[in-house]
Amino acid sequence: MLRIFIFGILLGIAAAAGALYAYPAVDQHREASIVTVAANGGNIESFHVNVPMDRIMVGAQGRKRPLPPGMQWPGEELLADVRVELFKIRNARDIVIGVASRTAAKDGESDVIDWVLHLPARGSVYVTMQARALEGGYRRGDIRAGSREFQPLNGFMTERWVADTSGDADAPSGRIELRTNYVGQYVPEEEEEP
Amino acid sequence: MKYLATLFAGFVLGVALFFAGMIYNPFIADRGISPLSVTDAQVMSLAYSRVSSDNIVFTNDGESRQKPHPEKVQQLWEAPVRFTSAMATVVQDARGQAAGIGIKFSSQSESTSLINGRALIDSAWYVYMPGRGSLFIEQSENYWPFLTEVAFPAWKSSANNWKGSWIRDMTAGPGALGTSRVTGGNGELKGLATNGVESMSVRAYSADTGHVSAEGRLLIEIPSIVADDQARSD
Repeated sequence: MLRIFIFGILLGIAAAAGALYAYPAVDQHREASIVTVAANGGNIESFHVNVPMDRIMVGAQGRKRPLPPGMQWPGEELLADVRVELFKIRNARDIVIGVASRTAAKDGESDVIDWVLHLPARGSVYVTMQARALEGGYRRGDIRAGSREFQPLNGFMTERWVADTSGDADAPSGRIELRTNYVGQYVPEEEEEP
Repeated sequence: MKYLATLFAGFVLGVALFFAGMIYNPFIADRGISPLSVTDAQVMSLAYSRVSSDNIVFTNDGESRQKPHPEKVQQLWEAPVRFTSAMATVVQDARGQAAGIGIKFSSQSESTSLINGRALIDSAWYVYMPGRGSLFIEQSENYWPFLTEVAFPAWKSSANNWKGSWIRDMTAGPGALGTSRVTGGNGELKGLATNGVESMSVRAYSADTGHVSAEGRLLIEIPSIVADDQARSD
């Protein structure tokens, strides 16, 4: 009887260890990436934010109706020219695949517009945008850094506001289109020895 | 039947022993001293509250211990973001003055391996400090010591809470010394590429509602060139 009990203990330890080893503690849901190849090199991936449905937060001093309701935006003078927005971001199939922040600020003479896109199963991308919009309403920025899947990539991203023209009652008022163009990291070839 | 019951009792005890061994495993070493505490470079310190109701906004799937704040904030319930939280908070400098706005995205990591004492969270910080610039911080945080030394004792206690003084570096990578990767984006921090560490100090924790009194701190190594520029501008 004692042998069976001890065997049971060993079996329990082995089963628990095996279960922990075999089954992942975390299994992030993945949506297939929708990536196209750019004509002049690199890969293009598009995201968008449906406004106002995907807005999580709009923080800026002087807003009469805070989003989310009940939010207390700090009143420090230091943050007078800072506007921070949090969004859910969607892929080209209109499925939520991550979250993002957009920070706009006036810092002395220069304007700051920064995006951080966070895709849980893949990593994060940090983009600093040029303050001035280009022809066609685009704004372009450089990918400054990335984590995990995006860590070895550089490239650029464009943002554009597209107003909804469908006229549907439940349609968003518009969308922020984000188009990233990833280019692999430049690795200089080793010089051949003479 | 008697043998089967004995086998089952042994099995249950074995499973319990295994999990007890995991929680009190002496071979999962504490990393000890932070690599930034022995650096010659200047270190920037940014503190924030880990209590969700102290933040400007905190949101997650709405079913976790840490409740979203404010109550009506949109929750991250969609499958791809269900294990993710987003936070916006005021970060304070070493003198306790507001230094800027910090945004943190955290997701449970698929590299988590409880059998090896690794309960990992992949997180990304964006910090904007007016007059100084912006920082992007990417890191993996290991919550295993927190789970075994704070959350589990809180769950075990009859009052479902824990009080004490617990402080630990949470950052476990991607740097080889367990540091985060920090990139400067704007202002005087533009082009900065350095290391950081995030620590957490907890004084009270509830197994029902999460952090009751807790603070996070980002320590960022500032290379001498940037620090000299800052001293000149001051």
